[in-house]
Amino acid sequence: MERPLTKNIHPGRQPLSLQEYEEAGGYQSVRKALGMSPRDVQNIVKASNLRGRGGAGFPTGVKWSFVPMGPQARRPKYLVVNADEMEPGTFKDRLLLEGDPHQIIEGVIASAYAIEAEQAFIFMRWAYKLATKRLETAIAEAYAHNYLGRNILGSGFNLELRIHGSAGRYICGEETALLNALEGKRATPRSKPPFPQVCGLYGRPTIVNNAETIANIPHIVNNGAEWFKGLSKSPDAGTKLYGVSGRVRKPGIWELPMGVTVRELLEEHAGGMQDGYRFRGVIPGGASTDFIVSDHLDVKMEFDAVMKAGSRLGTGTMIVLDDRTCPVGFVHNLEVFFARESCGWCTPCREGLPWIEKMLGAIESGEGEPGDIDILAQQCNLLGPGNTYCALAPGAVEPLQSAIKYFREDFERHIREKKCSYKKTI
Amino acid sequence: MLSEKEKNEIAAELAHADSKSSVSVDALNIVQRHRGWVSDETLRDVANLLEMTSDELDAVATFYSFIFRRPVGRHVILVCDSISCWVMGYNPLLDLLKNRMNISFGQTTEDKRFTLLPISCLGACDRAPAMMVDDDLYGPVTPGMMDEVLGKYT
Repeated sequence: MERPLTKNIHPGRQPLSLQEYEEAGGYQSVRKALGMSPRDVQNIVKASNLRGRGGAGFPTGVKWSFVPMGPQARRPKYLVVNADEMEPGTFKDRLLLEGDPHQIIEGVIASAYAIEAEQAFIFMRWAYKLATKRLETAIAEAYAHNYLGRNILGSGFNLELRIHGSAGRYICGEETALLNALEGKRATPRSKPPFPQVCGLYGRPTIVNNAETIANIPHIVNNGAEWFKGLSKSPDAGTKLYGVSGRVRKPGIWELPMGVTVRELLEEHAGGMQDGYRFRGVIPGGASTDFIVSDHLDVKMEFDAVMKAGSRLGTGTMIVLDDRTCPVGFVHNLEVFFARESCGWCTPCREGLPWIEKMLGAIESGEGEPGDIDILAQQCNLLGPGNTYCALAPGAVEPLQSAIKYFREDFERHIREKKCSYKKTI
Repeated sequence: MLSEKEKNEIAAELAHADSKSSVSVDALNIVQRHRGWVSDETLRDVANLLEMTSDELDAVATFYSFIFRRPVGRHVILVCDSISCWVMGYNPLLDLLKNRMNISFGQTTEDKRFTLLPISCLGACDRAPAMMVDDDLYGPVTPGMMDEVLGKYT
């Protein structure tokens, strides 16, 4: 089984230097892309059916195709790598950033060439100190070998790449908030349209791609669209970094063909549940995805299949709820996060999330009242899609609405018995 | 007053910036690296340098969780309080740290050695429960390793 994204990654060891990376076949896609037209690079990626790995799953090549091209386009154009990974339960980009920084840089060069961008940024999470250090080293090497800078490898293509070190705020991972953050403003989301592909950073055409998405680009350019589709077990092409955390025997992260089942991930890769714990459900792709339960163990972990099961693939890193962990407490923890990280720009999110969080906290501590569950369900509708600038609030209510659906009896028992009966067993 | 070193580092950011205010976060990170936190006076100095008002810069500074607008200890302990760590033992870990240092979140030990703060998901969910001390990540954190870990930071 091919593992293009992680073949050079050996946790615990230093990442490959530029020379070692080249010896392992690295930077070939830069040479290949520079010999093609930017549109042709876009077309390979479009044909590959690569879908964005940041959570939304938008086709990458289609996104790129919205960028105005040619001498008439406003310049400079920008490519931004979203490495602000902060979705609770998500730990995939860290592996790529720390483990193979040159793969990210190679992806940046090929992607920037495809949209004719002359300036690229890696938007780096504040807490990812080791990743920042390793990328700084790798970028310096890439400049020294003329993979970055002026007239790259004699092609006439110029590209500057810089790391933007953020200062810790979940909303910065939202595409348009990220652009405001890069401009040095408060990182509140912008309204869309206009879309960043046309009017992004400083009003110029800008593409924002997730780090895992960018890491796929060199392999697609090198090996072609058909090869990429062949890696997968599903209509969604390629491999995917899948993670499992919670009370499983071997929590971890694995690069696997897109479309492995929930069961395969849990049982084969994560080793099943720890002794004394039973499976109750998972949120399949980070904190802002709906629960799926034991009925869904044979669902394929790909965008459309997880959607059909009532949730989202999201980041592909699942968090397991076991039978000794309180579902109300679990969701309360998630809503504490979302209430804290709401940027405060839109009223429903700013006001609604703290309310939800306090109400869940009350239920968890035995102070819930009959009718609370209906109010929470109503809040899920009020904070749903269409009422806010960005997807933070709609994402925040996904695990709550599905917890009420699947674990309603737990909520009711807390209110009836005026306590959480799980606390004794943990 | 900003030091020459701080001014030089900010100037290096400005050299390739699209506008002065676009380096606001970089500049705040730079002064915090040198001083541990960003005082009102420092904030004014940085704002002047970037041709922003203090209020404009403070709106950015206070937006972020890790621009410290109050003094912190020599070392900052950040305990991940997000979901995977919560499932895997965040509460006992936090109790252990609080009892050991006799402080709660947002507080600094009397000897100014440690400040204790929560942090959202550290992206170390397979190593839960996780925490950071300054730039270093630890996980899974067990009671048995606490002496050794904290002993590194004097």
